[in-house]
Amino acid sequence: MILVWLIAILLIGGVLCWLLAQWNKALSRWIALCATAAGLVIAVWLCLQYKDAAGEAGSWFINYRLNWIPSFGISFHLALDGLSLVLLLLTFFLGILSVLCSWSEIKEKHGFYFFNLLWTLAGICGVFVAMDLFLFYFFWEVMLVPMYFLISIWGDSNRRYASYKFFLFTQAGGLLMLLSVLALYFIHAQQTGIYSFDYFDLLHTSPEASSAKWIMMGFLIAFMVKLPVVPFHNWLPDAHSEAPTAGSLILAGLLLKTGAYGIIRFVLTLFPQQAQAFAWWAMLLGAIGILYGAFLAFAQTDLKRLIAYTSVSHMGFVLLGIFAFNEIAMQGVIMQILTHGISTGALFIIAGMLKERLHTRDINRMGGLWTAMPFMGGAAMVFTMASLGLPMLGNFIAEFLILIGAFSVNIALTVLATLGLIFSACYALRMMQKVFLGPVSVAAPLKDLNVREWVMMSALTISIVVLGLFPQPVIDMVKGVVSGLFVS
Amino acid sequence: MNELQFEALLPFMVLAAASMTVILLIAFRMSHTVIQVAAFLMACSVILAMWYVKDTLPQTIPPLFVVDGFGALFTGMIIFSMMAVGLFSYVYFEEREENPKEYYILLFLATLGAAVLTISTHFISLFIGLEVLSVSLYALIAYLRNRNNAVESGMKYLVLAAVSSAFLLFGMALIYMETGSMEFERIAQSIKESSSSVLFNMGFGIMIVAIGFKLALVPFHLWAADVYQGAPAPVTAFIATVSKIGVFAVLLRFALSVNLQQYPLMITIFSVIAMASMIVGNLLALRQQNIKRLMGYSSIAHFGYLLVAFLPGNAAGVEAASFYLLAYSITLLAVFGVVSVLSTRMKDAEELAVYKGLFHRQPILTAVLTISLLSLAGIPLTAGFIAKFFILASGVQQNLWLPVLVLVITSVMGLYYYLRVVSTLFAAPSSATIAAKSLHPFFSVSTYLALIVMMLLLCWLGIFPGRAVEGIREFLLIR
Repeated sequence: MILVWLIAILLIGGVLCWLLAQWNKALSRWIALCATAAGLVIAVWLCLQYKDAAGEAGSWFINYRLNWIPSFGISFHLALDGLSLVLLLLTFFLGILSVLCSWSEIKEKHGFYFFNLLWTLAGICGVFVAMDLFLFYFFWEVMLVPMYFLISIWGDSNRRYASYKFFLFTQAGGLLMLLSVLALYFIHAQQTGIYSFDYFDLLHTSPEASSAKWIMMGFLIAFMVKLPVVPFHNWLPDAHSEAPTAGSLILAGLLLKTGAYGIIRFVLTLFPQQAQAFAWWAMLLGAIGILYGAFLAFAQTDLKRLIAYTSVSHMGFVLLGIFAFNEIAMQGVIMQILTHGISTGALFIIAGMLKERLHTRDINRMGGLWTAMPFMGGAAMVFTMASLGLPMLGNFIAEFLILIGAFSVNIALTVLATLGLIFSACYALRMMQKVFLGPVSVAAPLKDLNVREWVMMSALTISIVVLGLFPQPVIDMVKGVVSGLFVS
Repeated sequence: MNELQFEALLPFMVLAAASMTVILLIAFRMSHTVIQVAAFLMACSVILAMWYVKDTLPQTIPPLFVVDGFGALFTGMIIFSMMAVGLFSYVYFEEREENPKEYYILLFLATLGAAVLTISTHFISLFIGLEVLSVSLYALIAYLRNRNNAVESGMKYLVLAAVSSAFLLFGMALIYMETGSMEFERIAQSIKESSSSVLFNMGFGIMIVAIGFKLALVPFHLWAADVYQGAPAPVTAFIATVSKIGVFAVLLRFALSVNLQQYPLMITIFSVIAMASMIVGNLLALRQQNIKRLMGYSSIAHFGYLLVAFLPGNAAGVEAASFYLLAYSITLLAVFGVVSVLSTRMKDAEELAVYKGLFHRQPILTAVLTISLLSLAGIPLTAGFIAKFFILASGVQQNLWLPVLVLVITSVMGLYYYLRVVSTLFAAPSSATIAAKSLHPFFSVSTYLALIVMMLLLCWLGIFPGRAVEGIREFLLIR
């Protein structure tokens, strides 16, 4: 029941924001903040509650099931395990930050803005806990529509194009997934006579090898579009660069992670053999993504586009790690999901702050900003270093684990992927150099971080450092899930 | 005819009487408002009559009709659509110079035609129903006769509908020649017994022309956009919902009774038509700047989707199709309701430019239109998603992979133009503001109320479709 509340808080909060904004504009911000904060409190409480239960393989902390459309075997089935819980924590943490970073950025239609923000978050939460494939698809789409509005109404100059592209790419992938879900549903019904979309029922379905391959591809394409994997990454730079700051934050920090989550939760468990068979190709795509993303990031002059391409590169590590099929790489993947969400999210927030002050995203028109804004420069330095994988920061742990895991499986591809770390140093240092160092090129007086921005940056910095120094709690939390994946 | 059979036909008789009543009221020079209210009451009495007879169903009235759950379901949809169209008509016609009174006679007659289609089990009743529907539609489409577009589209519809009726008759004649009967049941029997069915195939192939024309399926779709654009907005809604529901119902009934899906040839023909409609409809809609034309092309695509549910020819397919029609007609009525409300005296609100920044001026209408468009695009939380899901499910179940894949790909294309309209709604407002219309407060409020109810209905069907599906299933079991 508490999971329902977790989603309901966001949904209700969203509606309240919209309705009450007509009387008082500031009120909607506070409601949004309270809703996300309440969610975070619940998530932390759940964490403390189930900390000890996380070790056993295949343990579910909460299992909540209601009939929804019984005639089709569709149920409202939510469940929570270590993986979902960790992702929920990330969702609410970044959710609070996304509310905070739109505090003064949004100038019009506050109510509708926060409505969309909270509903996107609700969709994401739903995706992380839905254990009925129909419900999962439902939430998968629910998070798209408000995100589309966020980009198309409050985005930058080229927002319409970006929002269409975002929606069409993800929708196309999603519909293929829906077909796969339906195919699996009917195959299950043929084999057992039970019509059910429930994940735990479908787990025991074994479609014929030839059709299973296609069904898996349907799922995989949907998730690879979201992740994004290189041939399908096209929507990402446009959407990220045109979205408002909170939009980019949620896109990079959370929406991409739903793709990774989907692969781990559904592709690996529903189609273990087919996934194994596809592993080499997937790792190749991952390695290509790492290098290609890094190359393109190096060539960008638009700050947000640059950060967007670094996401492509980092998500390549995720794909590589997932399809290495061993425990250590999978631990690394989950760490990468968390730390990439935090570090890239932070970079997008910094890009947003710069945009608010300088009204440009072009790094050729920036330079020497450290003099005017030493605190922001310091924060940016931390996250740039995190992004290039400096030890002591979380990303290092993640990438290191992934590379160790992958090395034991495929040496050549791992070596290629490791080269990506060098390129990441190139683009990260170039970004830092162009924006904060070098000759001062901006004449107008610039204000350094205010209190709100200070709070955001310190929260992010603390969490990335803590994850870098003490990753063990996270590893323990998902240990049960990860070992469960590779037992059978 | 015994008493029960007479009772079963009662709703249709009330419908016929309604048009007479309107004629009488006009003879006594009643005002538009009175006629509108009377029409509403008559429609309510039709529903009451249906409620009254519902326990006596099913009743056959040989050889022409059978009033069963299937017929009742589709007739119900038709009547509710007609009521919505009637309501929007008041807002739409009230301030126009043309005398709107005769309009209601035609509306009732056309509805009667469509309703007769849903219960007909004989070629004669089929043809009569179709003609009553078509002839009223000629006049309805060209009702605003001072507008060039209206007359053009009326003529276009007239010529093409007449040609398609000729095809229909020829097809019926061929089938009659083969089977010696015009009753659906007896046709089914005699084809089952006979070995070759060349004439039947030819005959039905020719009938497809007429049915394809009425449903605006590719390649018989050429009238759709022009007629949608030229007709007054409420009439467009009527064509898009009532007339298509009626024709689809009779197609479904005929197909079920002769078990059409057992012929591979027919499956091939309908698959090709379905895929062509989905592809062409969506492609043509992509660049439209006129919302009525856009809806015209999108309706071509939607009937292509609907045919995918028609292909399996099993109970799941019929259920899926019924639910789809329900969701689709609510959605289209909501869209054209908004168009009618926004239309001004001189011009229908059909250019996309009119809708620019509507969110800032008319938040309620924007919400209605947005939900409806998202429903047409098949986004979750709306009825359109569940409807599309049912169709996909019935297609996947029968391994109709090619049509299903085309459906998926084309609905992504479709998403593009719906999003185009949605993003126009939320764009920055254009400087030229349109003066608000001053309407009769009661009708204005009730129109808005109807639109909001439809919007909530779409969301309700999208989130809790269980009840509606059960209802449809119960109705379909009454046979």
